[in-house]
Amino acid sequence: MTASNKILIIGATSAIAYETAKIFAKHGSSLYLCARDEHELKRLADDLLIRGAKEVCFSHFDALSSDSIISSIDTCLEKYPDLDGLLIAHGTLPDQHLCEQDIDEMERAVRINFTSSAAILTYIAPYFEQLGHGCITVISSVAGDRGRQSNYVYGSAKGAMSIFLSGLRQRLHKAGVSVVTIKPGFVDTPMTANIAKNFLFAKPDVIASGIYKAFYKSSNTVYLPWFWRWIMLIIRNIPEVVFLRIRL
Amino acid sequence: MQECSLYESWGRFPKVYHLGEYVPRNFDEADIFIQMVDVSVLPRGKGRSYGDSCLNQNGYLISTRLLDKFIDFNPVSGVVKCDAGVTLDEILKVFVPKGWFPSVTPGTKYVTIGGAIANDVHGKNHHIAGTFCKHVRCFELLRSDGERYLCSRDTNSQLFHATIGGLGLTGIILWAEITLRPIMNSLIEAESIQFNGIDEFFQISLESSGYEYTVSWLDCQYGGKYPVRGIFMRGNHPLSVDGASCGIVHAYQAWKSVPCDAPSCFLSRHTVKLFNTAYYHKQIFRHQKRIVHYDTFFYPLDGITNWNRMYGKNGFLQWQCAVPVTADNMAIKTIIHKIIESKLGSFLAVMKEFGSQPQEGMLSFPMPGITLALDFPNAGQKLFSLLEYLDSVVIKAGGRIYPAKDSRMSEETFQASYPDFNSFKAFIDPKFSSSFYRRVHRLR
Ligand SMILES: Cc1cc2nc3c(=O)[nH]c(=O)nc-3n(C[C@H](O)[C@H](O)[C@H](O)COP(=O)(O)OP(=O)(O)OC[C@H]3O[C@@H](n4cnc5c(N)ncnc54)[C@H](O)[C@@H]3O)c2cc1C
Ligand SMILES: NC(=O)c1ccc[n+]([C@@H]2O[C@H](COP(=O)([O-])OP(=O)(O)OC[C@H]3O[C@@H](n4cnc5c(N)ncnc54)[C@H](OP(=O)(O)O)[C@@H]3O)[C@@H](O)[C@H]2O)c1
Repeated sequence: MTASNKILIIGATSAIAYETAKIFAKHGSSLYLCARDEHELKRLADDLLIRGAKEVCFSHFDALSSDSIISSIDTCLEKYPDLDGLLIAHGTLPDQHLCEQDIDEMERAVRINFTSSAAILTYIAPYFEQLGHGCITVISSVAGDRGRQSNYVYGSAKGAMSIFLSGLRQRLHKAGVSVVTIKPGFVDTPMTANIAKNFLFAKPDVIASGIYKAFYKSSNTVYLPWFWRWIMLIIRNIPEVVFLRIRL
Repeated sequence: MQECSLYESWGRFPKVYHLGEYVPRNFDEADIFIQMVDVSVLPRGKGRSYGDSCLNQNGYLISTRLLDKFIDFNPVSGVVKCDAGVTLDEILKVFVPKGWFPSVTPGTKYVTIGGAIANDVHGKNHHIAGTFCKHVRCFELLRSDGERYLCSRDTNSQLFHATIGGLGLTGIILWAEITLRPIMNSLIEAESIQFNGIDEFFQISLESSGYEYTVSWLDCQYGGKYPVRGIFMRGNHPLSVDGASCGIVHAYQAWKSVPCDAPSCFLSRHTVKLFNTAYYHKQIFRHQKRIVHYDTFFYPLDGITNWNRMYGKNGFLQWQCAVPVTADNMAIKTIIHKIIESKLGSFLAVMKEFGSQPQEGMLSFPMPGITLALDFPNAGQKLFSLLEYLDSVVIKAGGRIYPAKDSRMSEETFQASYPDFNSFKAFIDPKFSSSFYRRVHRLR
């Protein structure tokens, strides 16, 4: 996979997606951006063109609407019938406490963080299968590696995402398409604006260069920064009896 | 928004509590926030100012770090329009490969366009190019009345000149248009010359008018025959160097970093003296020439991430003054003499002769004369007394102190430094304030 490709970025206004788009732009890729805020999309398009993108197109996308999912993929494939890269980045960090009390809120969180992305992938997978090459990269999270009381709704959606991707990877491998699961740890972005920062927080541009490398190398699952692989290895292996007694 | 947090600036002194830092994702969010809050706000760039001009105790900071988009670029004129949170680092990364360079750059590339305007920063080419804002064509300023003011030399010109060097007090700059200068490659033809004594410095400075960039490093630790010695550095953008293009990438990504506070003895008087002696003698010949990457020439300190932690947890103070050049240059000589005598261990001392361009902003710091900037580890009261004395020498000589580097000058020193302060006050936005402003303008 080389970078000077045609790439669809869903959730393009996310801080991590934007930093990644900057790297794609620098390498002369053509970009198709999807997100809710069209005014911001226009700003991103101007910016990425100046940064070296060959071409930037964009359209409106709302993860909570199936119509919007289908129409944005259709218009993108119309524009780029030879699209060969996809990055899914939209997501939301729900209020765990609210999710424990409100079914709608809980379902909304799962839809944004899992079902919508699964729908996108289901809709676009046959295209990639037929294309016979290309790379699909999705931002999941370390939170999906083990459910914790402080954010298990978000965590379970991301966990489901990772499992979905591992199945899809097996399926598309035969067709020569790679599927990359990105698992960032804490990242300093608008999503975590209300959380007090500590030394574990990485900057979005650091995560972005990891995503770009993983995309380019067609990796399978990548923890970003790398040390989260070891932190999560430990967390996953804490026996449940002990886990029950700790606050995480 | 992160609530109730301790913030510091580059000098790490003082550290003060804020109600929080708000990070708008677009211009509208900034507007809504400013309308909504009922305490004071202050724009914040990369926090590369040393003192409290980028702090707002008990109020809010509005960080421009997500207002970081390019808006337009004209490849013929070199004019770039971008958000105020875009850094010079980003501009270099994007535009050096296209053959363009910032018309003026301070000694670090990690500053935002908004911060560079609000301090009307200067660089090694001040004697030729003037300050940063000489190359700013226009900008848009958002004020707490909800209006966005397009400011240029023709439109809202008074607000334009108040906002230049306006320390973030006149509103928040949303975007700006700046003119870059063309380059043929990413290298600098640099020369360095050892000098002994201030008179020799002025002599070389006089002979260097053909050089676009000039600056001197000063060894304030030396106890030899001459009261002071140093290295005069000057350079130009070479028109052509064999095989070199604008594509040569950065000399380094920050290659080292200071991960945590160093013990305060780390930079003792003796280690500093050792460093300075080694630095001076690194140069074997009195006069040396080499071709270097722009990073090496302009941003030697950026190579070490968080070098400000070297001074330990008490932080450090920087002090920068400008004084007019006179026949005997008594003021600058007295200042340097006092610093050497105090033994308060100044690690980095930099000196430069400013040009005589007219002042761009009401509170712009650069003035015709000589400027001297030094770091002092925070040694408490004895340092404060020394700086108080140095201030008085500067003011008596008709000079001024640079707010971007200051965390302690008195109200009297500030107002004597900036005679236009009274006219400036009319343009201050009632909702904008800073710790610095409240310190130099106490309400009586
Ligand atoms: C290593 C080093 C070398 C330096 N060398 C030089 C030098 O050679 N010459 C020189 O002049 N300076 C120099 N400086 C100082 C530095 O250039 C200035 O302090 C600069 O203003 C910092 O920019 P910033 O983006 O970090 O702004 P901050 O430090 O975050 O803010 C500076 C001021 O700008 C205001 N501000 C920020 N953004 C906006 C906005 N969008 N709208 C309105 N106001 C805004 C803030 O309120 C504050 O008053 C140096 C600093 C360092 C650390
Ligand atoms: N930040 C972290 O610590 C962290 C850690 C692990 C994983 N991640 C994951 O990284 C990805 C990127 O997040 P980020 O950190 O860059 O945060 P961010 O900047 O807040 O981005 C989140 C993005 O999701 C979009 N979004 C939310 N709801 C949507 C909806 N209904 N329809 C369409 N788009 C919607 C937002 O669009 P609007 O701008 O329109 O709101 C925004 O662009 C997410 O998948 C997140 O889960 C983040």
